[in-house]
Amino acid sequence: MPSTQELQDLVIQVRRDILRMVHKVNSGHPGGSLGCTEFFVALYNEIMELKDGFNMDGNGEDLFFLSNGHISPVFYSVLARRGYFPIDELNTFRLIDSRLQGHPTTHEGLPGVRIASGSLGQGMSVAIGAALAKKINGDNHLIYSLHGDGELQEGQNWEAIMYAAGNKVDNYIATIDLNGQQIDGSTDDVLPLGDVAEKFRVFGWDVLEIENGNDLEQVIAGLKEAKSRTGKGKPVCIVMTTMMGNGVDFMMHTHAWHGKAPSDEQLETALAQNPETLGDY
Amino acid sequence: MTKYIDQGKQDTRSGFGAGMTELGRTNPNVVALCADLVGSLKIQTFIDENPERFFQIGIAEANMMGIAAGLTIGGKIPFTGTFANFSTGRVYDQIRQSIAYSDKNVKICASHAGITLGEDGATHQILEDIGLMKMLPGMTVINPCDFNQTKAATLAIAEHHGPVYLRFGRPKVANFTPADQKFEIGKALMLNEGTDVTIIATGHLVWQSLIAAENLENQGISAEVINIHTIKPLDNEAILASVKKTGCVVTAEEHNYLGGLGESVSRVLATHHPTPQEFVATQDTFGESGTPDQLMDKYGLNNKAIEAAVLKVMKRK
Repeated sequence: MPSTQELQDLVIQVRRDILRMVHKVNSGHPGGSLGCTEFFVALYNEIMELKDGFNMDGNGEDLFFLSNGHISPVFYSVLARRGYFPIDELNTFRLIDSRLQGHPTTHEGLPGVRIASGSLGQGMSVAIGAALAKKINGDNHLIYSLHGDGELQEGQNWEAIMYAAGNKVDNYIATIDLNGQQIDGSTDDVLPLGDVAEKFRVFGWDVLEIENGNDLEQVIAGLKEAKSRTGKGKPVCIVMTTMMGNGVDFMMHTHAWHGKAPSDEQLETALAQNPETLGDY
Repeated sequence: MTKYIDQGKQDTRSGFGAGMTELGRTNPNVVALCADLVGSLKIQTFIDENPERFFQIGIAEANMMGIAAGLTIGGKIPFTGTFANFSTGRVYDQIRQSIAYSDKNVKICASHAGITLGEDGATHQILEDIGLMKMLPGMTVINPCDFNQTKAATLAIAEHHGPVYLRFGRPKVANFTPADQKFEIGKALMLNEGTDVTIIATGHLVWQSLIAAENLENQGISAEVINIHTIKPLDNEAILASVKKTGCVVTAEEHNYLGGLGESVSRVLATHHPTPQEFVATQDTFGESGTPDQLMDKYGLNNKAIEAAVLKVMKRK
């Protein structure tokens, strides 16, 4: 297990990767990526049991599904730095002929990705399917997924939420990134979500909350707690409050950086707030 | 003309059910999902014999497609079951992103396709599904013609890696293909050799084409009849070899003339061997309530319509 300092260093480096990736192609989604950096770093380096290398079937290891595919920069950075593909390949993000498409896909054979996502609201169903396959296969590893809060406006999620509870899919931990923002503004302004945790509870899930999803130790503790609640007849939901754009002062407290790249000067400012730790790609 | 004997009318959906029963016994990786239409899909035997490999999803087709995609991760071969309308139009984006673009080995099995769904009317009849599915890159599209062929197709698609759309129907129709005929995906079947016109048919219209060919023979017209059970990938070679001989073609399908088999054939002909063609298909319209026979008659999807199209296309040679 890496030390907390090593994980903190990785968080800073992943933030730099995210900023540099979207800056280079002047497109992509830095806000949600930065908000979920601690989650991804913890999940892939502290929580999940992973095999070396990549096999699509993923038998005998934990699996993760990203439903809100637009935060691909953080996903790609963490996958690369976990060894799924060369870190230098982050240079190709969103470029023609790249395996690092704007939204994650299996189509180009990028190791670490098991489903395409981008059109929202589909990831929970897929994760449930993978969890059911693990049960049939007698594989006691877990399925993890991440969803945006705005994404819960898609109705398919509620079909999946109902199914997972009704069928006791208890080898599954879904995390909701509660950052309160979406493209057109705050979720309260666009379409209020109400009490997300309570909604999952009344659907029959075991719900826990991470109050500060940008505090690495809280995230790790929350994920470990969630893990301990699996196998008890209920799917587990983590409602994780995060700050969109976390780690870059001018990207926080606003929805403006949902899908916008920083200028040259803005990149310089943002990187200065996150000094290089493990080496830029 | 080659004689075909109706071994007794059966519904093609029961052919699917029989195929699933066999797969349940022979292929441990096959799993089935259904969105509250078990009885309609005829998969009760599969469920009874393999309860741990069946997932009742409820009335939630989008979730069903996603769960099916997820089940492939772990090596399962999921067969989803609901009506054709709810298997395609309702869940197009789920199929597009989570199955086709993600190259997942899901078999989308669609009952009650076309107008022969009958009395429930246009909300449940779909005449656009072949077009929707064939436009998805990597999707195989199959529309077998009778009970035996549907059963054989069900077995064949389990052996094929990749997403498949298997389309079949509700009414009892002639069962005339040999029970032991192997199903080769993408391989057209020559049912009757002829020299004056090629009739290329799929699904329920294949039997109607054989009746039409027999009637035409009595009028001195030699019709070649090809059963295209696989609309994608299309057997271009079989089509071209036939039309080079006959010089004109009628396509017949229980589907809109936009987006169906006929258009796929037209593309092949326009590219390789321009040939006069007539379309037996619905004419960009929704269906309506009625018995299957009444509807096939009203919408021009029977042997009489095929005969008329043959006479018309032969004049255009």
